[in-house]
Amino acid sequence: MKEISELIRKDFLLELRQKYAINGILLYVFSTIFVVQLCFGRVIDDQTWVALFWIILLFAAFNAVSKSFIQESSSRRLYYFMLASPFSVIISKIVYNSFLMLVLGVMSLGLYTVFMGFPAFNLALFLPAFALGSMGLASALTMVSAIASRSGNNAALMAILGFPVVLPLLLVLVKSSQEALKGNVETMQILSLLASVFLIDVVIFVLAVILFPYLWRD
Amino acid sequence: MIKGIWWKILGLLLVLYSIIAGLLIEVPALPVIHQTIRNLFYHVPMWFAMFVMLGTSLIYSIKYLSGYKVKDDLMASTAVNTGIFFGILGLLTGMIWAKFTWGDFWTNDPQLNGAAVSMMAYLAYAVLRGSIDETAMRARISAVYNIFAFMLLVIFLGVLPRLAESSLHPGKGGNSSTMEGLDVSMRMVFYPAGIGWILIGFWLLQLYMRKRALIQGVKL
Repeated sequence: MKEISELIRKDFLLELRQKYAINGILLYVFSTIFVVQLCFGRVIDDQTWVALFWIILLFAAFNAVSKSFIQESSSRRLYYFMLASPFSVIISKIVYNSFLMLVLGVMSLGLYTVFMGFPAFNLALFLPAFALGSMGLASALTMVSAIASRSGNNAALMAILGFPVVLPLLLVLVKSSQEALKGNVETMQILSLLASVFLIDVVIFVLAVILFPYLWRD
Repeated sequence: MIKGIWWKILGLLLVLYSIIAGLLIEVPALPVIHQTIRNLFYHVPMWFAMFVMLGTSLIYSIKYLSGYKVKDDLMASTAVNTGIFFGILGLLTGMIWAKFTWGDFWTNDPQLNGAAVSMMAYLAYAVLRGSIDETAMRARISAVYNIFAFMLLVIFLGVLPRLAESSLHPGKGGNSSTMEGLDVSMRMVFYPAGIGWILIGFWLLQLYMRKRALIQGVKL
């Protein structure tokens, strides 16, 4: 536990020291949303709103999370390898990236609302799905970034390895958001949709934790 | 691998039988599908064979991660290649079928999209293998990705189409299962076709594996 919290603290410190990274992603999200506003005009129907929102968040996630392992130099990786167990490394990265994605998601949602408005969602379904979804995207992409960092041209690989992995989650998220548009959704349906998002999250997390040690050693 | 030649002959006979009988037997006259239902004997076994090949690959990937034997890695990657081969055949036969029943080569159907994305995941596996030079590292990392890819395959072909609201495929999205509408004479061709193509798949895998093992100098 101590190890994990120290590693998370290290990631926060690094992030705060290199503010350009997080600022870059925020600017990226802002530009994308602005382009959407310029291209579509201010009024779009709710289905398009949902689709565009998740696409923007997906690309932001790719940018934000892909650096988590790729940015670490191989000598620093060796240093962590000697100090920490692989489980603490992957869990700390996932926790940190989930937090980053949640912050980024809330900011994008705010910006998107300013530019494109906010449809009448059923918030009891949309907000938990959004939170679970951001965390799921973060853990899936953390693992993919760990895989991509061990191979040659990792920027291209990150994209082709990542898309299939995040797609099931993305489809369930879009479906939940579209259900949330219908206004009065039954409690049972809310629970079953959230359960499917949560289940995919858990599967990804468990696989990542089990398989990461094999990626970690040299 | 299974020893002997009997299973290869059995596979050949079953496939030959299903090809000939599939064209000859009486099929029920159903609306929309009509005679194209015969494609059931050629299209669906491709997916069976693909699933078995990719499952074999999953087993060998797990075996590799627990023992680090080079031949397990070779087997996993060969099985993925064979699986991709059957997947492409499945997509092609399915597209022809779709053209004649639904009017288009591609429809926005959860099953079709799932198949396409899983194929993408396995093609990404092939690219990943190509991008790492060091043999041991390549074997380990691609084994890890292979496990992810199989999880995707199960989600995309097994779970999501069943949850979807509407689907053109039987047994999915609230449609009745294929098995309910299948009469006895069709079952007599359908099951042998499935088993036959799976056996042929293993034969292909064995041949391909022997060739690659010879080239790379790996002892089987």
